Amino acid sequence: MSDYEKPSMDLFQPNYDRPEADLFEDTLDKRHRVGRVWKVVFQISTVIGIIALATLILKIFNDTMGYAAIQYKKNPATISTTGKSLEEMSCSELWPILAENVSKNRLRTIEREKILEERTKTECYNLVMFEVAEPTVKKTWPLLASLINYQEIQAYTAEKYPEGDLTFKVWITKSFILSPQSDDPLKAGIKTAILGSLFIILIVIIISFPIGVAAAIYLEEYATQNRINNIIQTNINNLAGVPSIIYGMLGLAVFVRYLEPITSGALFGFSDPTTANGRTILSAGLTLSLLILPVVIINGQEAIRAVPNSLRQASYGMGATKWQTVWSHVLPNALPGILTGTILAVSRAFGETAPLVVVGAATFITFSPESIFSKFTSVPIQIYQWTARPQDAFQNIAAAAIIVLLVLLLVLNATAVFLRNRYSRRW
Amino acid sequence: MNLGIHLDTTVNQTIIEEIKEPDIIHAIEAKDLNVFYGDFLAVREVDLVIQAQKITALIGPSGCGKSTVLRSFNRMNDLIPTARTTGEVLFHGKNIYKEGVDPVEVRKRIGMVFQKPNPFPKSIYENIAWGVHINGFKGSKSDMDNLIEQTLRSAALWDEVKDKLHDSGLSLSGGQQQRLCIARTIAIRPDIILMDEPCSALDPISTLKIEELMRDLSEEYTIIIVTHNMQQAARVSEFTAFFSLTENRAGVLMEYGLTIQLFTNPKNKITEDYITGRFG
Ligand SMILES: Nc1ncnc2c1ncn2[C@@H]1O[C@H](COP(=O)(O)OP(=O)(O)OP(=O)(O)O)[C@@H](O)[C@H]1O
Ligand SMILES: [Mg+2]
Repeated sequence: MSDYEKPSMDLFQPNYDRPEADLFEDTLDKRHRVGRVWKVVFQISTVIGIIALATLILKIFNDTMGYAAIQYKKNPATISTTGKSLEEMSCSELWPILAENVSKNRLRTIEREKILEERTKTECYNLVMFEVAEPTVKKTWPLLASLINYQEIQAYTAEKYPEGDLTFKVWITKSFILSPQSDDPLKAGIKTAILGSLFIILIVIIISFPIGVAAAIYLEEYATQNRINNIIQTNINNLAGVPSIIYGMLGLAVFVRYLEPITSGALFGFSDPTTANGRTILSAGLTLSLLILPVVIINGQEAIRAVPNSLRQASYGMGATKWQTVWSHVLPNALPGILTGTILAVSRAFGETAPLVVVGAATFITFSPESIFSKFTSVPIQIYQWTARPQDAFQNIAAAAIIVLLVLLLVLNATAVFLRNRYSRRW
Repeated sequence: MNLGIHLDTTVNQTIIEEIKEPDIIHAIEAKDLNVFYGDFLAVREVDLVIQAQKITALIGPSGCGKSTVLRSFNRMNDLIPTARTTGEVLFHGKNIYKEGVDPVEVRKRIGMVFQKPNPFPKSIYENIAWGVHINGFKGSKSDMDNLIEQTLRSAALWDEVKDKLHDSGLSLSGGQQQRLCIARTIAIRPDIILMDEPCSALDPISTLKIEELMRDLSEEYTIIIVTHNMQQAARVSEFTAFFSLTENRAGVLMEYGLTIQLFTNPKNKITEDYITGRFG
């Protein structure tokens, strides 16, 4: 409290007659001063944290939209011969334009993919854009620069790309989320990666939650204090700190190589010619499960330890067995904590990149995963690959992908909070 | 100190004669009981015979091992990893520490009420139903309802909670919670109820209610209660065991007998000092 008022020294009568009086000196001022200094230190730390976070988010956000210099092989304005703009045209009006401008073979391929009647207006428009106009992004500017330096950007574009178009582009769009991976940043989307991530996370939850919770129960409720159990406990604590890339190497050796017949699905009569040597969603999920297992166990143990002993005593005192005590009292009361801990661990797995690179994430797949034996990529992997590309536009879609990742993580963490509140309110 | 005891020698005499009868029922009996925590001998050579359907109070200075002795009567000490027990505790003539005796069975027959009320974070109804259920209750839903009503009535709690049986047990007052804990213990029909300072967290009114309840229950159950409250021991118990500490901090049973006798005419100097409040 800054509004502390220093009491005048004669606020209270000094009690000199007390024998220890001269053992004390008046340090009140000094103590308050120290308190104020520490308060400022805490405030500054908080502010630094907030600034760091804000910078990160602004930086990413800055890249998700802005002007882009786009050059066309055939300018969309000149494609239409009727004077109507392409956006306004219906599918049946667009189709002749397409037929006129692409080769017979290409047209047949397009028709084989999906016939005219089944295509929506947007799909037709996109087809004409990509097949006829063939835009390429030459240069992009982040949002801030776009707002401040519009004149310069315009001049630059006019000089460098005389036939180019300067458009304000929002990179994070519905079609970005719903499109598969592509070589062209204008077409590329994150769908493949999101599906890959979700598949992997599903496996991680299915594997690490039950095993982790069971192990936590064993260590807390059953294991007695002996040498072996102490060694196990110490190891688990240490495993939680092992760098994730080591887990990637373990996953490569065990799941991808050694257990290949299982992880590739060959053992179950599953043959996918595109799946190379066990580098599958299953392998990735198992690797990440191993990675977070120690954390799940430790969080679970902590939640179990937080259940008051008086509950266990009450239960045992009524003639309950250990199993009945654990099942009816310890677990239900530890559950909110266990769930929160597990979800936080899972969200760590969600953002992991290094072990997946080692396990062999596909660098380029355009098809959605169909089963746990498919090749995989994940959102962080995708971000990593896009940032490594030299072209401007890939940086923009990487930023868009980061936003997607952050939103997904936020959803996970919100679920954790929701579950905790919901289960805590039950009693 | 006014102990609230009105000495009536004639009554006193008859009770003493009664317990000298050979066919007195022993509810539980400790024989040469020693309890260690690690290397520390907490309770030494306790020989104690608890009479059935009576209230026995365990009193003594803090740390003399009252709770330890109480817990050894239903093997709750087993839950403390360092605790070790030697000697015998005979229940129905059988040593409950003998190999092959299931502590779960022991605790079902010898229930326990703790110092701090510790209802389960479940509804009042479930607090009682759970113990009944896990001990293999076969009856129907309405049998269970009846049993719960009857139990709550015997715990003198029914009138206060009958309209909110499905509220959380934790929503009750401290005294009500403790009666709920007693209720869930008697719901599984134990022979003996152990109570470790059951009123120490309660106000005087709740305390009196619980004491009254204990007196009612003692017609059916054997009750052993640990208390620091001399008046309480004098008010509710028929027998009192006084524990004290030896020089090496082990707890020993100093004196045991009729409460009325122990409080008015203690045989032992230390007992007298303790009950008159002159304990050092
Ligand atoms: N779990 C334990 N681990 C180790 N020592 C213990 C444990 N519980 C009790 N003790 C020791 O055993 C001795 C007796 O303890 P106990 O709790 O039985 O005393 P008490 O008579 O119930 O005391 P109080 O009146 O304060 O409750 C004490 O010296 C205590 O320190
Ligand atoms: Mg005690």
